[in-house]
Amino acid sequence: MIEVLYFAWLRERAGTPRESVETQAPTVAALVEELRGRSEGHALAFSDLRAVRVAVDQKLAPLEAPLAGVREVAFFPPMTGG
Amino acid sequence: MDVRVSHEAFDPGAELSGFEAGGAGAVVSFTGVARGDGGTEALEIEHYPGMTEQAIAAMVGTARERFGLTAVRVIHRHGRIAAGEPIMMVLAAARHRRAAFEAAEFLMDWLKSRAPFWKKEHRPDAASWVAARDEDEAALDRWAEELPSN
Repeated sequence: MIEVLYFAWLRERAGTPRESVETQAPTVAALVEELRGRSEGHALAFSDLRAVRVAVDQKLAPLEAPLAGVREVAFFPPMTGG
Repeated sequence: MDVRVSHEAFDPGAELSGFEAGGAGAVVSFTGVARGDGGTEALEIEHYPGMTEQAIAAMVGTARERFGLTAVRVIHRHGRIAAGEPIMMVLAAARHRRAAFEAAEFLMDWLKSRAPFWKKEHRPDAASWVAARDEDEAALDRWAEELPSN
């Protein structure tokens, strides 16, 4: 079971800030493919992966990052702090 | 090390005068203020609780070592912030001015693009997420050799 978190416009499109997902996906990219099928909103959230950043257990990670032993995956747009 | 992430308003003048510079010869501060141009009434800042604090603490630790800071503080607000109110502040103290200036810039460049905050602008008729700017990403290249992996 992995906690999946969404922020900013990904949260708005997915329609939820977080969800628990039962998955065997080996990588973040494979998880994204599964999440896309959850709803139209999810599909829209992940329609352009160039605009999506990933954190795995609260550390920035690439789409190819493995998910073995991972508890939390977050998806969000490029950050705009400061 | 002093990192504060909260909704609470702060007074930049009070932060600066109360900043423990520890015998430093140079103190540099930067205050970011919510812009009111284009009819923006307020900013809404979303963040990733947990990751935000960790990520800022890691970068503050790097800045402290790299620039030999004697004191450093980062304050960043989240939630709804009215135009004209301070959003965030960086304070850096070092023995000499160059290190203090560079540390403040380093922390600002990094906070812009690597701390998990997202800004939404609220105008009377609409609200929209602020897009990241290419030049903010490019600004990180200057410090590339010492960016932590986070």
